[in-house]
Amino acid sequence: MTKKFGYKTALRNVDIFLQEGDSLALFGPNGAGKSTLIQVLCSLLPPTSGSVRIAGYEAGQDREALHQIIGLIAHQTFLYPHLTAYENLQFYGTMYGVARVNDRIAEVLDLVGLSGYRNDTVQNFSRGMQQRLSIGRAVIHDPMVIFLDEPFTGLDQQGSKDFIKLILQFRDQGKTVIMASHQLHLGIELCNRAAILKSGNIVYLQDVAGIAEKEFNQIYAQQVGEDMLPLKVA
Amino acid sequence: MKFVHQLEAIIWKDFISEFRTKEMILSMCLFSFLVLIIFNFAFGSSINLDRGMIAGILWVAFVFSGLTGLGRSFNLERDRGTLQGLILCPVSPWTIFLAKLIGVFLFTTVMEIFTIFIFSVLYNATVLPFLVPLGLIVFLGTLGFTAIGTIFSAISATAKARDVLLSILFFPISVPVIIASVKSTAIILNGKSFQMIFPWLKILVAFDLIFLLVSYLTFAYILEE
Repeated sequence: MTKKFGYKTALRNVDIFLQEGDSLALFGPNGAGKSTLIQVLCSLLPPTSGSVRIAGYEAGQDREALHQIIGLIAHQTFLYPHLTAYENLQFYGTMYGVARVNDRIAEVLDLVGLSGYRNDTVQNFSRGMQQRLSIGRAVIHDPMVIFLDEPFTGLDQQGSKDFIKLILQFRDQGKTVIMASHQLHLGIELCNRAAILKSGNIVYLQDVAGIAEKEFNQIYAQQVGEDMLPLKVA
Repeated sequence: MKFVHQLEAIIWKDFISEFRTKEMILSMCLFSFLVLIIFNFAFGSSINLDRGMIAGILWVAFVFSGLTGLGRSFNLERDRGTLQGLILCPVSPWTIFLAKLIGVFLFTTVMEIFTIFIFSVLYNATVLPFLVPLGLIVFLGTLGFTAIGTIFSAISATAKARDVLLSILFFPISVPVIIASVKSTAIILNGKSFQMIFPWLKILVAFDLIFLLVSYLTFAYILEE
């Protein structure tokens, strides 16, 4: 699959195959195409050539069916600031046709640790709380495939720890997780496969289960350059 | 049923947000009030002589104020970063369009009711005897310009100079609807028979259907871009 913006090629001949239950970490320097790849996979952007197929659904052709089985957590929270946490989840729950939506909202608020804030408007939430609620929004319909685009943005240490547990929980439930991140140690800790993108090309795609962090840092440095090694953030 | 639930959810969400911020309604009503005041100062009492002209003033207030609401319809979603969240839902583009259209249409109708009240006071125009035909004209005219305006609002939401772009796209295309609305309103305000506005009503219905059909056929591509 290739994605161009005008004359600029953002993704070139990207070819990825994942099994159900796989988890893939996408790494690469800024501008490598990680977010674009996630947007194309979520069918938010159409590919210029090639195709994307998830669980048998072709992005573009089976857009609605595809969106029913995916969830996206990105930089933007997709939350309505003037609605309460409950109202936001109720809105998205209704849009996804969630059965017994009130029970599911209570479950999700509990999952992200915001049960005590259900009637507070989102505009009064801190960035971290908004990100937690955004996680709830993305999983309200219990998606099969979860896309994470820099998911730790704005989360405090406790929030990050809780979120790591949640990702591991998703993996244990057999969900497919695709995560774009700059944090190499978290990526290889949470995912069984890793891909490195450089200028829109996939320059590395391997199983990383059991691979040491130091070893992967060397691989990353070899692929994108020593000076591009991201800083480790706890 | 899913379509109806999704439609309701989008409209409900827009109404709750608007009820809490009152951004759109207040700006629309204030704008229409200012338009009526400015024309009232400019033309004074002589305006009472020409019902055709006051019908024009009424529709200038409707359309210009409506345009401020139309502009906000998709701009707010874009600015808050929620448009992608909406697109990510398993919802047809037509449902999103229809929900946005109904929302804007209802907000515009509230503004129009307020405007007609102010208009009748400032311009000494008796609208009560003509309320049914006037209501029909306002309904059809508003449906026409909000339908095409919603499409252009979605197109211009991604542009840098989106407010200018919306006006440039909107006014030339909506001219037939505005002319038919002004002409039929003038006939009604002059106290002429209901039958005399039939040709104009036919034009309004035709353009409403064309605009809705064009929206149905194009909105998916606009949303994708």
